[in-house]
Formats: sequence, structure tokens, C-alpha cells
Amino acid sequence: MGEAKTEKSRGNPRVRQDWSGYLFILPAAAIFSIFVALPVLFTFYISFHDWPLLAAPGQQPPYVGLDNYRRVLTDEEFRRSFINTVYYVVGTVPATLIIALMLALLLNTGLRGITWYRTAFFTPVVTAGVAVGLLWRWVFNTDYGLLNYGLKAIGLPTAAWLDSVHLAMPAIIIASVWKGVGWGMVIFLAGLQGIPEHLYEAARLDGASGWKQFRHITVPLLFPAIFFVLIMSIIGSFQVFDLVYVMTGGGPLHATDVIIFYLYQFAFQRFQLGYAAAVSYVLFAVIFLVTLAQMRVFGRRVQYEM
Amino acid sequence: MASGTSKAKKRRDVLKKTVLHVVLITLAAAMVIPFLWMISTSLKRPREIYVWPPTLLPQEIFWSNYLKSWSAAPFGRFYLNSLFVALSVTGGQLITCTFAAYAFARLNFRGRDTIFLIFLATLMIPAQVAIIGLFQIINWIGWVDSYYALIVPGVASAFGTFLLRQFFLTLPTELEDAARIDGCGRLGIIRHVIVPLSVPALATLGIFTFMGVWNDFMWPLVVMNSQEHFTVQLGLAIFRDARSTEWNLLMAGTVTATLPILIVFFFAQRYFIRGIALTGLKG
Repeated sequence: MGEAKTEKSRGNPRVRQDWSGYLFILPAAAIFSIFVALPVLFTFYISFHDWPLLAAPGQQPPYVGLDNYRRVLTDEEFRRSFINTVYYVVGTVPATLIIALMLALLLNTGLRGITWYRTAFFTPVVTAGVAVGLLWRWVFNTDYGLLNYGLKAIGLPTAAWLDSVHLAMPAIIIASVWKGVGWGMVIFLAGLQGIPEHLYEAARLDGASGWKQFRHITVPLLFPAIFFVLIMSIIGSFQVFDLVYVMTGGGPLHATDVIIFYLYQFAFQRFQLGYAAAVSYVLFAVIFLVTLAQMRVFGRRVQYEM
Repeated sequence: MASGTSKAKKRRDVLKKTVLHVVLITLAAAMVIPFLWMISTSLKRPREIYVWPPTLLPQEIFWSNYLKSWSAAPFGRFYLNSLFVALSVTGGQLITCTFAAYAFARLNFRGRDTIFLIFLATLMIPAQVAIIGLFQIINWIGWVDSYYALIVPGVASAFGTFLLRQFFLTLPTELEDAARIDGCGRLGIIRHVIVPLSVPALATLGIFTFMGVWNDFMWPLVVMNSQEHFTVQLGLAIFRDARSTEWNLLMAGTVTATLPILIVFFFAQRYFIRGIALTGLKG
């Protein structure tokens, strides 16, 4: 932020120290340490133990070293939920990104009624995952659902969406893209509106076609926004839970069993907290590595301002 | 330019705009129709749900689905619980974040930038990674199945602190200097200068916090046991298990659970849009 430099004394040790600063950050810092930072570290600690659900304070559950991690990496069910999650991420993220970008470009053409369209595309974003899941569960209903009705009306074959091993995950992906595009669209719109019009004017004078303008002005200048939406949606998609819980409960035949759902079942239904903690750290590592890889590949083209 | 070509250009423009509108209306319909289907189902007679082909609009408006869903599950109670939890978290978070953000933006104390960076770094950690450790800590404190478990951990937010700090840094310091000369202390400056100037930022943070808590599902699912403590989303998910085929009641419940957020959204849309555009916060 450009105006960030108004405060010249920032970080200068010769300026008078203002001890009240510690008091001001104390409430936030205390709650934050106890309920955010400590749980992160504590989960790591738990992952090396055979930890029951209701361990009493002072009770020392047995230390098992890397056993939980070994089990995660060799477990068939975990591998399946991991593959399902990757399927979900690959299905959701590119579609969300491309549709959101398309919507933003369409809305950035100076048409009338933009606010109305924007409201329509954005409403699913503010709707809770549970509600969206229930709503789509009904739309995808095999016998009485709106989708099968529509398919039949235009002469296409109907399907047993959520009851089919092959179609349940695509159905969840459709619901998820529906819920997510508005979010990406708003970020892209803000990015597009930040691109100075005179660049396009100059390009037009040089005889650049619409596609060339898009390729050489819009995409490079919008790249920070694209990169941001990409990273955030990948991180978010790896943690999908609400939609799966409500729409399929991981079924049919574990076809939509994703990592967080798997973690939830082990921790809070089978009461194996140590193992579930190891699962969460494996997930953390995966998300971290994927994010790091993206930063390596694209990060140099993006300069963040802070 | 000759008038003939400009007329042709105008015609092409009109055509282009029409095509764009058609595309946008089609896409917008794809977003809106599921909602309309939800509302329509919630107003149908039970018999009408199981007819093929489905009726798009209810043949007669059957309001009693709402009464029935509210008596089948204590949605009123869920509502009050969600409202209480969401307002408490929002109020608490606005207070702690304002103080912390003010300190990070304006006060000079040793280690300030390091502490701020630690705050920022935790933004990168996926929330679910901490859920097991958090559950264990909540259990030790004795807060399982208590509202404290839903409220207290949410009262501080690295994100909110970051958002407000960035906003405070854009405010001119002259007014604060003037207030100080008039004898205002730190608290007086926050109350009489910073907060009035920051209403848009505070409103954005408040709305997002409220929405996040209202829509949250996994944490209440993990930590709440007794039905009288359930939030709306948790109640709705449980209601689904109990009434899995009574779609008119389920959709009435879904409309009920969604309505408050949609109302807030329609009235405060610019804060939502601006908040997302500024920060990329995921709704």
C-alpha cells in the first residue's frame, strides 16, 4: 500500500518505545496463541502418540514414534481418499478459474445491469456449504430431481447422479464450482478495473487485435489476481468437507471419501486422534508443497505489495 | 468517418451487446434456478413433490411446510444459538482486532514487526490442521458442548488484524495529533478518531466474520453434542438425516437457514464485494 509510509517512525529503535503496544495486542495475541498457534503445534505432538479421544490432562498416552505416519502412507483407504481429493481439486479449480475469468471479462464490458448479474453470480458464495449441499442433493435426485427432468426434457439420458460411483464426484464438483465462481469473479473484476484503459488504447492504435490485447495486456496485468485465486482455491479444495458430508457422506462405496472426511471419521467416529493428527499433517505437507511449487513456477511473475 | 459505416458499427454494437446479455442471462439463470427450485419445493404439498414430470411452481402455496419443519426440529432454538454465537464472535473480534491493529499500525514497541509477521504466517496454515489439537485443548478446559467452544477461539483473528492494520495505515495521522493535543489518550483516539474513520473497514470485517460463523459447519459438528446447543447449519445437517426424503420440509429448513445471510448480503452487498476484492477473503 502506497500510503503505508505515512508512519515514518516504524521500527526505528531510537523513537520512544510505547509499552502500551503490548497491552493493546494482548487480547488478540493471547487468544490467538491458545486457540490457533498452540493447537497447530499440539496436533503435531499428538500425531506421535496413540491418543484416545478423551485423554485426561496429565494422562500420558503411549509414544509411538512415526507409526501413525507409516500407517497413513501405507493405508489403502487413505490412498483412496487422497486420490478422490486430487480428483476433486483437479475437477474444481480449473473450471472455477476459467468460468470466473470469463464472467469477469463479460461483466467488464460496460454492459447495463452489471449489478444484477453480479448479485446472481455472487449469491451462492454467501450461502452456507450445508445449504448448498442439500440444495444440490435435491437437484441431483435420481427420481424427482430438477436436473434429470431437464435432461429428459431435451432428450438426453438421465443418470443416478449421487448414487453412482462414477457420477457422484462430478456432481459434487458441479455444486462446488457453482458455489465458487462468484468469488473468483469478484476478485478478477477488481483486477480488471485496475488495468489502465490507455494501455488498450495504445494497443489498438498499434493495430493489436482483441485476442492480442487479451494475451499481452489483460493476462499479464491480471496475473497476480489469477495466481491468488489459483492458490486460494487449491488450498480450499484440498479441505473440502461440508459438501461431501451433506451430499454423499463419502459414498457411494467411498467414491467421494475425501481427506478431511477421512480425518473426521478417524478422529471423531473411530476415536483415533493420533492417527487423525498424522493425517492432518500429511495433508498440511501436501498443501504446503503444492503451494510452494506454484510459488516457484509462477511466483516470480507476481510482485506482492504489502 | 462516413455516416454509413458508423451506422453499421452501431448495429454491430447492438448485436454484440445482445449476444453478451443472452450469454450472461443464461449463466445467471444457472445460478438462480437452483434457488428458485429450492423455494418452489419448500412451498409444495408433500404429494406434489413426487410427481413426474415435476411441477416448476407449486400448484398451491403450502406455507405449513415451514411451520412443520420448525416443529419437527427446533429451528427457532438453532437460530437463537447461531445468532448469539455469531454476534459474540463478531463483536469480540472487532474489539480485539481494532486494538491489535492500532498497535501494529501506530505504536512503536520492540518486536512489533516480528510479532506481526508471526500473525501473518499463521494465515497460511489450513484451519483443519489444528482441529484435533484444538478439540483436545477445548476438552481439557471443559468446553465441549458449550457455547464457549464456538465463541472464544473465534474472537481473535490474524486476518482481521491484518485487514484493519492495512486500513489504519491509510488514515492521516493529523487528526490523531490534534486529538492528542486536545488531551485525548490512546483509548480516546481509538474511540473518537480511528473507529469513526474506519466504519467501512469495520463493517466489511464484521459482515465477513458474521457470515463465516453463521455458515461454519465442521467445528460445531465436532464440538457440540446436545441438540439444544446446535447451530442452524448443524441442525440442518442433522435434520437431513432424520427427514431424508421429505424434501418439502428439508427445503423449507434450507430456506430458513439461508435467509438471514441472503438478507444481509442484499443490503450490504457493496461491503461484501469490496471486502472480497480488497482481501480475497474466501466466503
